[in-house]
Amino acid sequence: MTTFLQRLYLGLVGLFLSLPLIVVAGVSVNEKQTLAFPPQGFSLSWYGEIFANPEWRNALLASITLAAVSAALALAIALPLAWFLWRRHAPWANIFQLLGIAPFTLPPVITALGLLTFWATTGFYGQPWTAAISHAIFFVTLPLVTLSLGFSSIDRSLVEAAATMGADDRTIFRTVVLPLILPYLVSGYAFAFVLSLNEYIVAYMTVGFTMETLPIKIFNALRYGYTPTMASVTILFVAIAALIFGLVARFGDLPKLLGAMANTDKQ
Amino acid sequence: MRREAPQRLADYGPLLFPAGMLIVFFVIPFATMIAVSFFQRDPAGFYSTAFVFDNYARFLSLFFGKVLGFSLFLAVTVAICCVVIAVPFTYLLSRARRRTQVLWLVALLSVLSLSEVIIGFAWSTLFSRTAGITNLLVAIGLMSEPVALNPSFGAVLTAMVYQALPYTVLVLYPALVRLDPTLTEAARTLGASPVKSFFTVVVPALRNTIVATLIMVFIFALGSYLLPQILGRPQHWTLSVLITDQAIYQSNMPFAAAMAVFLVLVTLGLVGLTLIATRKGEAA
Repeated sequence: MTTFLQRLYLGLVGLFLSLPLIVVAGVSVNEKQTLAFPPQGFSLSWYGEIFANPEWRNALLASITLAAVSAALALAIALPLAWFLWRRHAPWANIFQLLGIAPFTLPPVITALGLLTFWATTGFYGQPWTAAISHAIFFVTLPLVTLSLGFSSIDRSLVEAAATMGADDRTIFRTVVLPLILPYLVSGYAFAFVLSLNEYIVAYMTVGFTMETLPIKIFNALRYGYTPTMASVTILFVAIAALIFGLVARFGDLPKLLGAMANTDKQ
Repeated sequence: MRREAPQRLADYGPLLFPAGMLIVFFVIPFATMIAVSFFQRDPAGFYSTAFVFDNYARFLSLFFGKVLGFSLFLAVTVAICCVVIAVPFTYLLSRARRRTQVLWLVALLSVLSLSEVIIGFAWSTLFSRTAGITNLLVAIGLMSEPVALNPSFGAVLTAMVYQALPYTVLVLYPALVRLDPTLTEAARTLGASPVKSFFTVVVPALRNTIVATLIMVFIFALGSYLLPQILGRPQHWTLSVLITDQAIYQSNMPFAAAMAVFLVLVTLGLVGLTLIATRKGEAA
């Protein structure tokens, strides 16, 4: 009886989380351009539309480019910082850890507005590359957190062994540290990539009038009424996120990444 | 290898790029925003340099008071709903098999990473007259004809709970996984029902975690800027919406900046409270 109630509760939460997506998935296969559920007819043409219609295709390409570049930049900021904090004893340097986490903790509109005033003042407002830097700063928290976790899980005696055998910092980093933190590096990149792909407000405030990312495109389209392409894009994005997080879970330890203890005590 | 203090100047090398990026692209923009909040609006451009308190003085209006009051009320309601749903859920999740946990975590992360635009669109579809949930109620005979459920306060609240729920679960998850299972086992052995042991053992043991989570979800909900726009009426607009509106559509950057500074102060105050709440938790 209690197991039944427990399952029922989990099931209800699951239903709440999936219901909007089920309806959107249904809407996305409508044959005609109607907002109807259950769908009338069946057609996958609205998925083709994402790639066939130049507006949607360009928005998708812009989003993917932005996500790939900004996640790489976020990693380039986070990796040396996390390494330094792990390798050196310099308490004052923790201020940079704090700075890396702040943009993500504050309401996003604040970071967005800060960057908007900054780009407007420096005269670069609207340049596509400003969005990449803005996203990198906004999402640097994610690789920073996963990498800090990765470094703290390294057994220091391994590093010591390499050092006694004469390896310098560079060699140790390449041959010992890097292979050990690789899963954390990849998951940090994955988190930053997926979130950048979905980010709206920072992108909108920095390059909203010159470049259309997919979330901006959906919002603009939403104002002029409904097209089923919005639904197919939504499902595409859910699928991309699920695929990427599924891969992270497959090749890494997701419970541990999300702060649970190492799972030696569970099957 | 022990961590050692940097000895030579070259040891600081790796810090150069990250520190430079964070200072130039986060600290300076932040400082610019604070400076702009004291500037004057310039209808021709973004703003003109000045030092005035006018932007802050506008907070004293009734309109602003209403928006602030509604933002806080909405965020509190969202936080309470999320924690009430998420605590039992996360507890059950943390007791589930590892494979089940991983599946749920992937699903939660996928929903969490969804754009607010997408969440807003999905719920506006679900609340619509033609494709919405009321069609289902008509089909099973509970309603006579489908109706549109948005724009309304309920629609905004539901979508915001949807957005914040995965976040709430993921904030609670580490604490609940670490919760000593012998606590509930002891309660069960002494004859308490699972529900009773949950409320008399698990919830009190997690009191500080729950308080900290409430505050964190509150901050998260305070940041929602699109859902009130897509699913609500203008009276459901929050401070975040107003900031965006002033910055982009009214081109009043100084006023937007002043509101953002105010929002930062509210948030920092709450983060301080969270730290105090969790520290007490560690001491206990």
